[in-house]
Amino acid sequence: MSDLVRPYGDTTGDGMVQVSFTLPLPHDKRAEGAALQLAKKMGMDPALLVHAKAMGPDFTFFVVYGSVTHLVDLREVTVVEREYPLLTAKEVNAAVKRRLRRKLVVVGACIGTDAHTVGIDAILNIKGFAGEKGLEYYREIRVVNLGAQVLVPDLVERARAERADAVLVSQVVTQKDAHVHNTTAMSAAFREAYPAGQVPLLVVGGPRFEEGSASALGVDRIFGRGTTPGEVASYLVDALITRREAGSRADRRSA
Amino acid sequence: MSVERATLRLAGLSGADHEKVPWVNHLVTAVRGQVGLEHGVVLPVWDALRRGEAETLGMLAQKSASGSIRFEVPEGRAATTAARAGRTAVARGIRTIDRQRAVRDRLIRRHGDPRQRPWIYLIVATGDIMEDIPQAQAAAREGADIIAVIRSTGQSLLDYVPEGATREGFAGTYATQENFRLMRAALDETSRELGRYIRLTNYASGLCMPEIATLAGLERLDMMLNDSMYGILFRDINPIRTFVDQRFSRQIHARAGIIINTGEDNYLTTADAVEAAHTVTVSQLLNEYFAKEAGLEDWQLGLGHAFEINPDLPDSFRLELAHALLARQLFPDAPLKWMPPTKHMTGDVFRGYLLDGFFNLAGAMTGQGILLVGMMTEAVVTPFLSDRDLALQNVRYVLSAAGGLTEDFHPPRDGFIQTRARAVLDDAVRLLETIADDTRGRGSAYPQPLLAAIADGTFGLMRRPPTAGKGLEGVCRKAPGYVNPAIDLLESGPAGVTSSRTTQGRSAR
Repeated sequence: MSDLVRPYGDTTGDGMVQVSFTLPLPHDKRAEGAALQLAKKMGMDPALLVHAKAMGPDFTFFVVYGSVTHLVDLREVTVVEREYPLLTAKEVNAAVKRRLRRKLVVVGACIGTDAHTVGIDAILNIKGFAGEKGLEYYREIRVVNLGAQVLVPDLVERARAERADAVLVSQVVTQKDAHVHNTTAMSAAFREAYPAGQVPLLVVGGPRFEEGSASALGVDRIFGRGTTPGEVASYLVDALITRREAGSRADRRSA
Repeated sequence: MSVERATLRLAGLSGADHEKVPWVNHLVTAVRGQVGLEHGVVLPVWDALRRGEAETLGMLAQKSASGSIRFEVPEGRAATTAARAGRTAVARGIRTIDRQRAVRDRLIRRHGDPRQRPWIYLIVATGDIMEDIPQAQAAAREGADIIAVIRSTGQSLLDYVPEGATREGFAGTYATQENFRLMRAALDETSRELGRYIRLTNYASGLCMPEIATLAGLERLDMMLNDSMYGILFRDINPIRTFVDQRFSRQIHARAGIIINTGEDNYLTTADAVEAAHTVTVSQLLNEYFAKEAGLEDWQLGLGHAFEINPDLPDSFRLELAHALLARQLFPDAPLKWMPPTKHMTGDVFRGYLLDGFFNLAGAMTGQGILLVGMMTEAVVTPFLSDRDLALQNVRYVLSAAGGLTEDFHPPRDGFIQTRARAVLDDAVRLLETIADDTRGRGSAYPQPLLAAIADGTFGLMRRPPTAGKGLEGVCRKAPGYVNPAIDLLESGPAGVTSSRTTQGRSAR
C-alpha cells in the first residue's frame, strides 16, 4: 500500500468528499457563490453545490460534494496505540489472584456538576457495555461506584478509606472545558492527600478528552469514546501488576 | 425547607444580597436557627413583623441576615394574628398565579394552540439567556410549539435559586425568575408574530423544586419537568424531602394550569429499554397517582416515555410501538411526552437521522401528545442551527405523511404488539404488588412500603434509604401547630379560576 492516500468516492484516487455547513447569509446567488468559495479554500476542486436551503431569513444551509486536492501521508500520522495486552475476564481475575494476592479495589465517580453516569456505569456496572460485562462482574475486582456529582474531597476520602488501587473518573457532559478543570483539580487533590508514590492509579474517561493529554492533566491514563470494560480491566492489570512487578525487579537489580 | 422558602416567595419576598444569597434563604435560615422550622416560617415571621421588628418582609429578611431579629413561635391570639397576616400576604402571590393563568387562557384564545398533535417540543441551551432568546424565537418560527430551556448542570443540587439574568451556565442556562420573565416576554412577542401560542418549559426538580415551581407560576411558564422520584433515584436527593417538595410543586402546578412532564426516559437510558420497559409503566402510574393526589388533572399530565431500544435488536420498532401504545391506552386523556433516542445515537449522524425518523413515526402512529424533537447530532455536539432545521423537517415530513395513521393503526389482539404490551403491563403490575407487599418497613420510623422499595433498590438498582441523601438536613417533622397558608390555600382549591383549560386541553387532542 502506498503511503499517500486520497478519499474514495466510487473510484480509486477520485478524492471525493461531502461537507455540509451553514453560512450566515440570506439564500441567493451570492450565498451560493460564497459556499463554493469556502469549498475551494477547503481544498475541494472542482466543488459541486448539490443543495442549498434557506434557514430563516438570515442563514443558508449547503451540501457540497467535490474532489479534494489534499493528499494524506500515512508516514506523518501519529496515534496512541494500546500499550497493554488485552486480557479476558478470566485472565484478569487470574492475574489479580495470583500476582496481587488480594482483591483489586476500584473507586469510580462522576465529579463536578456532571450528572451523566452513563460512562462510569458502562465500565463499572455488571450490565457493562458493548456486550462486555462491567468491572463489578470481575470476581477479583472490588468496585465502589460513588455515582454522580461527587465532590473531589469526598472522592479522595472514600478512595483512602477503601484503600483504592485505582480511581476511575468519568466526565461526559462538559462545557467550557469543565472536564479539564475538574480533572486537574481531582489529580491535584490526590497528590496533596497521598504521600508521593502512593497515589492510586488515576484514570479518567469521557468523549471530550484529548488522547495524549494525560500527563498535562496529572492522571495516568485517559480513555475515550467507545472504551469497553475489558480494555479498562486489562489496563489496570498492566499498570498495577505487570508494570509494578517489572519496576520492582528493575529496582532489585539496580540495588 | 424549600417549601418554606417558596411560601415566602409567594408572599412577595425576592432578591438576594450582594453575594447573591437570596433573602428567602437568609430568612428561613435565621428562623430555623432560633426557633426551628417545625411550626413553619409563617408564624415566627409575621409575628416578628407584628412586634415591629421590621417594617416590611424585605427589611425583616435583611435584618435577620445580620442576626438582629429575635424570632419566637407565637401562641394563642398572637398566633392567630400572625397566621392571618401571613395568609393575606401569601394569598397575593396565589392571586398573581391565578392572574397569570387567566392571561395564558386569553393568549391561547387569541393566538390559538398548535394546529397539529403532537406538539413539537424543542430544547435550547446555550448557558446565556441573551443567546437563548433569539435561538428560541428562531426555533418557534421554524415550527416548534414548545421551547424548553435546559438548566445548567448542577443547578438541581444548589440549595438556592440564583438571581437575575444569567449569561454563564454549563450545558444549560440557570433557572431564575428574571430569566423566566425575559424568555416568556420574548415568546409572547413571537406568539403574536406567528399567531400560535408558544409554550415555555423549564425544570422543577432538585433541591429547590417548590421554589422553581412557584416562580414558574408567577412568571407564566406553561410546562415544567416534574417527576415524583427522579431526584431520589438519579440525583440522590433525600426521599422524604423529594416527596414533600414534589407535592407542593404539583399543587402549585395544578393551580397555575401548568402541564407537568415526567422523567421516565431516565429509566431507559440507565437500564436496558426492553428489560426495564415495565419500570416506565410503574413510574407513570406512580407519577399519575401523586399528580392527581396534588390536584393535577389529566390534561396536565405529560407522562414521559422514550424510544431507547437498541436498534440492532430484531423487531425493535415493533417493541417500541408496543410500549408507546401501551402508555397511550393506559392514559387516554394525558398528553404523553414522547422522547427521542439518545443512548443508541452513535455519532453516525446519517443513521441517527433515520432513527429519529422512526421515532417520529412511532409518535405519529400512537398519537403521542408532546414530541421532543430528536437531533441527529445527539451525543456529538450541541445542535447546530442546521441540525435543528433538519430535525424539524424530519418531524414535519413524518407528521404530514403519516400523522393520520393513529386512525388506522389497530394491531390485532393476539399479534406481536398487543402481546408484548400485555407482558409489560403484567410485569408492571407484579412490580407494584411487590412494592405494596413490602412490609419490612412496618413498625419503623418509615413504614411506607414505597420508601422501603426505594431503599432496597427496586427502582433502577439504586438504593436510596429515607435516612440519607442530599438535602436531608432541610427536612423536619411538622409540629401539631404547623402553619403554612400556601398549602391551605392550594388545598382549598382554585376559587374563581375557571376550568376552561380542561375543555380546551381535551378538544386540542
